[in-house]
Amino acid sequence: MPDHAAMSDVSMVVNGQTRKLSLDVRTTLLDALREHLHLTGTKKGCDHGQCGACTVIVEGQRINSCLTLAVMHEGDNVTTIEGLGTPATLHPMQAAFVKHDGYQCGYCTPGQICSAVAVLDEIKAGVPSHVSADLLAPPTLTAMELRERMSGNICRCAAYPNIIDAISEVAGRKA
Amino acid sequence: MRSFTYERAASPAEAVAAVARAEGARFIAGGTNLLDLMKLEIETPAHLVDVNGLAFDKTEATADGGLRVGALVRNTDLAADQRVRRDYPLLSRALLAGASGQLRNKATTAGNLLQRTRCPYFYDTNQPCNKRQPGSGCSAIGGFSRNHAILGTSDACIATHPSDMAVAMRALDATVETLRADGRTRSIPIAEFHRLPGDSPQIDTTLLPGELITAVTLPKPVGGTQIYRKVRDRASYAFAVISVGAIVQRDGSGRVALGGVAHKPWRVEAAETALPRGAKAAAALLLAGANPTPQNAFKLPLIERTLGAVLSEARG
Repeated sequence: MPDHAAMSDVSMVVNGQTRKLSLDVRTTLLDALREHLHLTGTKKGCDHGQCGACTVIVEGQRINSCLTLAVMHEGDNVTTIEGLGTPATLHPMQAAFVKHDGYQCGYCTPGQICSAVAVLDEIKAGVPSHVSADLLAPPTLTAMELRERMSGNICRCAAYPNIIDAISEVAGRKA
Repeated sequence: MRSFTYERAASPAEAVAAVARAEGARFIAGGTNLLDLMKLEIETPAHLVDVNGLAFDKTEATADGGLRVGALVRNTDLAADQRVRRDYPLLSRALLAGASGQLRNKATTAGNLLQRTRCPYFYDTNQPCNKRQPGSGCSAIGGFSRNHAILGTSDACIATHPSDMAVAMRALDATVETLRADGRTRSIPIAEFHRLPGDSPQIDTTLLPGELITAVTLPKPVGGTQIYRKVRDRASYAFAVISVGAIVQRDGSGRVALGGVAHKPWRVEAAETALPRGAKAAAALLLAGANPTPQNAFKLPLIERTLGAVLSEARG
């Protein structure tokens, strides 16, 4: 075992910008985003892939940024909450969360929103879920489908009904 | 997390050579289980060989009508594959019953098979655990054992294998394909891949040190009604208390594999001859030799009833 930290260079495209970092290889993608790129919108909850607060979109897919090393993402496109919208130009999902009061303390919200944006893409791509009645039919946009697909994002304030209302509204607008 | 060195492998040969070369080296793919355990210092690899760049990310038809699933195919992609949804719905259903959307996007086919137990004493480094620290004792025996194994247990370990996917793979008679540093390959029937704890519960599988999974092959489809019924403490995003994966044919014959009951997916081929006679007869054979704790003895009737529900559903 090395007795000192091993370092490695990594280059990622974060929210459309190429970012080069020299990191201790132990650095998770989450810590790289927060501590090195100062993109603190992405939150650290459990740091073990159980709560979903750290959810970001990598190469178009939502993942737990706490359970992946930054050096494993050489050349990858990473989208965080800061890349979805800005206070002046909110992403439709952000606007819907505000409108429907999809949060109380707000800590899980960036993860919820990144997850929700990717969930709608997954449904559009025809990815089935545990509650899809027919594996061969296109998945439907029911509240039950959204609840199942969002189960990896925990909200301690239990804003779940409002979160589902917000996602449903954006889904309806898209359809 | 302990410090380690890291490299990306550009070819399968390079990957197995790199792990063979470095003491305490491990492959990393999705990383969702390994990194979790590294943060807790339950896993302490000195060197990580990142295999994500290898061309094991495709699912291809085999000459005999089956499917060869690359080791790196993500759980989401495998569950959503049209051929899997049509011909191996048990596998899609099992995958979709596991973990969360975020984890399924990262977790790989090979990594899913190599998941370690979620026994709370394995995770708690303050407690004795023969799987984590051989010879230290088992805290689950005589401890909180509601979620533990009832079959194939030993005096050293009563942990369960946590995978849903592996239960489906067992019922589907999958084969695990591997590559070793000396260039040799082998095919391991899924029945022989996971092992029982015996007196060496620290060893989960029959893989040799440094052996790399390259693919998991499914034989040609067997049809039938395929059902994966997972019983858990939450409606979503929870490990199985027990699960039943079944393939039932029109004449009542079929196959059954169980999850949440043993150190490996549990299947007793001899019990399947009793399936046409119903859940009670089949469960009696499936559960023969069960050795539950007072806290998890409820799993025996739960399995019989769940199997009964599955057989009723299959009959329509």
